Amino acid sequence: MQTDVVSGIIVHLRRAMVERVVIARSLGVIIDVTAMDIMDSFASRTLREIAQMIRLRGAETVIVGIQPEVAFAMVQLGITLEGVVTALDLEEGLNYLKQKFNSSA
Amino acid sequence: MNHTIRVPINTDKDIVAARQKGRALALSLGFSEIDSTLVATAISELARNIVTYAKRGEIRIEADGNSKGPCILVIAKDKGAGISNIKLALQDGFSTSGSLGLGLPGVKRLVDEFEIVSNVGKGTVVKFRKWKT
Repeated sequence: MQTDVVSGIIVHLRRAMVERVVIARSLGVIIDVTAMDIMDSFASRTLREIAQMIRLRGAETVIVGIQPEVAFAMVQLGITLEGVVTALDLEEGLNYLKQKFNSSA
Repeated sequence: MNHTIRVPINTDKDIVAARQKGRALALSLGFSEIDSTLVATAISELARNIVTYAKRGEIRIEADGNSKGPCILVIAKDKGAGISNIKLALQDGFSTSGSLGLGLPGVKRLVDEFEIVSNVGKGTVVKFRKWKT
């Protein structure tokens, strides 16, 4: 979704993601937030909820692409995304999931 | 410089519009990417509060400053229910809507000057300034 993320979209994403994980029986989900110009407490809470729902479905979520200035603002704001796996970019996110599935196989 | 932007806040889209305008103004005043993002994030939080708690309101973004240099002045205004205990609302972790509850203290940390006036039954005005560094 290459757009400035309107919160309506992120809420829609929450439902779509969980449905997708069920249908595809996904083991891993990567959410790329490179296009997000900011991450406020609402967006981060929604992302955390998505990750928690996906975990309850037995899959793992990795958030990738948090931009440096966005990360800076998040920390100032007090957002930690605790309990959610993050990685630098899509490639690192894929590596993380691959390693995880290899070690558990 | 006298440049005032008014963004009515009613929906999620208005939140995005307000923060984009804030960022654009910050960048045009020579703010760094990081500081512009801090301004945009603070505006987003305040606009979100308006939509969540007051349903509608307005965000005013102004280029301001003095001999020290330029600053951005943001005023978020609503005619919502107001906040009965501001001290409590400025504590980390406090929320009445089940959100993370770090909105106001978080915004305070993002900016240089922060002021809030709220009257129960009349509404809330939050004002902040961020100076160019």
